[in-house]
Amino acid sequence: MYEFSYLKPETLEAARSAFEAHEGARYMLGGHTLLPAMKARLAAPEALIDLAGIPELKGIGRTGGTISIGAAETHFDVSRNSELHAALPALAALAGSIGDPQVRHRGTIGGSLANNDPAADYPSALLALAGTVRTDRRAIPADDYLQGLYETALEEGEIVTRIDFPVVPFAAYAKFLHPASRYPMVGVFVARHEDGEIRVAVTGSGSDGVFRCTEIEAALEADFSADALEGLALDPDLFMSDIHGSADYRAALVPVMARRALRAPGTASIYK
Amino acid sequence: MAHVELTVNGRAHRLACEDRTLLVTLLRDALGLTGTHIGCDTSQCGACVVHVDGRAVKSCTMLAAQASGSAVTTIEGLADGERLHPLQAAFREHHGLQCGYCTPGMIMSGVDIIRRHEGVLDEHIVREELEGNICRCTGYYNIVKAILAAAEDYPESAAPLKAEPARV
Repeated sequence: MYEFSYLKPETLEAARSAFEAHEGARYMLGGHTLLPAMKARLAAPEALIDLAGIPELKGIGRTGGTISIGAAETHFDVSRNSELHAALPALAALAGSIGDPQVRHRGTIGGSLANNDPAADYPSALLALAGTVRTDRRAIPADDYLQGLYETALEEGEIVTRIDFPVVPFAAYAKFLHPASRYPMVGVFVARHEDGEIRVAVTGSGSDGVFRCTEIEAALEADFSADALEGLALDPDLFMSDIHGSADYRAALVPVMARRALRAPGTASIYK
Repeated sequence: MAHVELTVNGRAHRLACEDRTLLVTLLRDALGLTGTHIGCDTSQCGACVVHVDGRAVKSCTMLAAQASGSAVTTIEGLADGERLHPLQAAFREHHGLQCGYCTPGMIMSGVDIIRRHEGVLDEHIVREELEGNICRCTGYYNIVKAILAAAEDYPESAAPLKAEPARV
């Protein structure tokens, strides 16, 4: 890694000041994407501002129909939270399916969503559940927040503090892993909301990052069952092609994962 | 420069290092604890697994400065003198290693698995939980066997033999 200075502010105010005081600063939580990128010299921030010690970014709690998760909560702590298990077990299970146990002990929900990796798991949950990303400045609905490959609505120096998810009657996630990287080749999060809205988000395979699959949503509007997706063919133009799999292959996997999610409510299923 | 205060295997240390120093580098180069290995250096292989505040982490993907204020346990901190930790003994008994390079990480992950599952394990769970540890020699068979055997010794096998001092 190139040299940088490490700062660990204890308040949001101090974090903002540190960001303004250091040209080329980056925020960090668990660092499980950023540090590997820095080792590979794909990123070279001049200052790393560690947000893990800021109290506003911690805690998981339910208020009415909303579960609020602090940005600094690790995948492990999200996966083990009893309130979340009761309210949105699919989201807890998704957190418990990320990476490996050691990665889950360090990686965080806020870090994942600030990065918006096109193969990350959390963006699909945020989009399908129509969550809200809260920052030190505002509240951003998922539809506005996620803006393509590694792109979000975050402005320079803006800090993700919490992520709010509505409790929904149906949520489930299913993913097919790349055999080497263990990132999803295709991950599908299916949610049916209190008002009946159906949202299906696909990660790992979109040519422009996570996206809602309107064809599947339309089919499920008519009949909310796995069988409704039998024979459904998706447009391969929506999907990326790379050495790991063609767009046709990914397009074919999406309805398969969606069906498997529909058959396993409240879970995250991993196929490999 | 970063000023890092941490407890390693029960001993308190105060060290100065570069801000970019990784925890694994601090353990190996500053403290001479070379039992923690560097395999891939990309957070995939698990040879560098140590416990930070009781949780298994990849010490190649954590800055030493991030560990300041924490209690760290390395492979050197499991045994009590000549008395091997139950999982170390099980690796020997079940021939859970060949070249030995991955072994410290395997054992630190194994202890973490036994702790999180409170000793209640089966082969499927162990294999899933070893997702983050790569072994190129054994085919994992005897590693899994060793962890299952040591799980029988829960709770002794779920922590270092010498209990860590309470964390401040």
